[in-house]
Amino acid sequence: MPIEIRNLKYVYDKGGPFEKVALKDINLKINDGEFVAVIGHTGSGKSTLIQLFNGLLKPTEGTVLVNGKDTRQSNLKELRKQVGIVFQYPEHQLFEETVYRDIDFGLQKNGITGKEAEERILEAIRNVGLSEDILDKSPFELSGGQKRRVAIAGVIVMKPGILVLDEPTAGLDPAGKEEILGHIARLHEKYNITVVLVSHSMEDVASLARRVVVMNNGTIEMDGTPEEVFRHVERIEKIGLSAPQITYLMKKLHSRFPWINDNVLTVEQACAELLRHIGGH
Amino acid sequence: MLKDITLGQYIPGDSLLHRADPRTKIVIVFLLMTILFMVDSFAGFGLFALFMLLVVVISDIPLRFTLKGLKPVMFIVLFTAVINILTVKGHVWLDLGLVKVTREGVEISVKLALRMSLLIMSASLLTLTSTPISLTDGLEKLMAPLKKIGIPVHEISMMMTIALRFIPTLMEETDKIIKAQSARGADFDTGNLIQKAKSFIPVLVPLFVSAFRRAEELATAMEARCYRGSEGRTRMKQLKLTGVDLVISSITAVFVGAVLYLEFFL
Repeated sequence: MPIEIRNLKYVYDKGGPFEKVALKDINLKINDGEFVAVIGHTGSGKSTLIQLFNGLLKPTEGTVLVNGKDTRQSNLKELRKQVGIVFQYPEHQLFEETVYRDIDFGLQKNGITGKEAEERILEAIRNVGLSEDILDKSPFELSGGQKRRVAIAGVIVMKPGILVLDEPTAGLDPAGKEEILGHIARLHEKYNITVVLVSHSMEDVASLARRVVVMNNGTIEMDGTPEEVFRHVERIEKIGLSAPQITYLMKKLHSRFPWINDNVLTVEQACAELLRHIGGH
Repeated sequence: MLKDITLGQYIPGDSLLHRADPRTKIVIVFLLMTILFMVDSFAGFGLFALFMLLVVVISDIPLRFTLKGLKPVMFIVLFTAVINILTVKGHVWLDLGLVKVTREGVEISVKLALRMSLLIMSASLLTLTSTPISLTDGLEKLMAPLKKIGIPVHEISMMMTIALRFIPTLMEETDKIIKAQSARGADFDTGNLIQKAKSFIPVLVPLFVSAFRRAEELATAMEARCYRGSEGRTRMKQLKLTGVDLVISSITAVFVGAVLYLEFFL
């Protein structure tokens, strides 16, 4: 289920007093099974971009093709079953009396009931690492991290081929962050779904994504593997972003000890690189 | 979906009207409304409409935004006009058997429509050229004498300010929740009235939850900054009457004089 975007332009409040061009000249193709990160500072158009994936917004100019179909013409219900979007702070969308019924909401709206619904809900709750006895509780009595995982379960229960997450770890503690990212990575591997992750955390991006799309002022600034993108630290910094912290440390070390490789993005890689040198002496 | 609601409909600008003190504008709008109910001749309405047109030109706001405010009340205006045309007795113009269209009926309904439209136009020009916050500030100052008889003017205006401040926030929030639920397959446009109303439960529950959360956070933040109500409170933005206010007050005074002369002495 590839997403293909051609010459896209999106304008908010077109013709109104607050007209604003949010996206322009966007050309992007996301292939099946990719794990893509979208980064960019606030207002760069990331959130607008992802809303175009499932037809919540329609392009002002250009086209968005999901699975070869123009989102302007496709059946929205069908499209939204294929492209699941987890918005920022998804726990704010919880409303039902029990966790079970909240996760069931999307299934009901799509006419999936009975045994299949039950199995899917159990699978979804396990896939976000929660136990089954949470299903009878009210979503409002859960902890912040649990609420967020319930909300994510409410999206993945639809079994989308493409899962889009807008800052899924915002406002969580480090443990909760790890936990959620771990589940997302596992979902990606287990079901081979396409994942688009919008994030501010360069560490998360570097360790998870195989491709990074950098947005700036409504356009795509860079598009490549994390190694390629974070090699251009100056360019990244110029648009208000940064490289992972470990990369800065390795660059410093590299300037003192030139034989140390500084093209390193994660702590694990750095560890291996340093051990290689220590071991060698 | 929600952008059609224009409550805080301020349009930024730098016209004479934008720069005027909110108090001046509020007083003038009330004056104009009072005058509007005294006007009874077509000449008077013509003069009033001409004046409104002049104000629109001065305000630098496209006419279509001023007229947009008329849309929601158009139904009521038309409805009352039709009722008037069909029921008022007098010189018969058109005899339709059961109902008779009279000259008086037509006259009354045209005047009524004009009066309502001009009324709303002048009120929307006020809200189009003043930020909601400056309006509540102006109201607080204007109502200050009522404090003497024990009316909590400051508290009322603070409540209005907060309510206005949170309208865009809550609208944004509603929009977000609608999007999140639509992404899960919710459908707000099909079905009968009851089904439609029911389909908004997944929006309303989270909206209320977040409104309460916001209220609590705001109360804590205000207390943390030692908010104690009106006693001894000073403002960062002081309202000041300037030459601009003198100019628009004089223009209005000339106009009001002309209308009254036209209505009562001609």
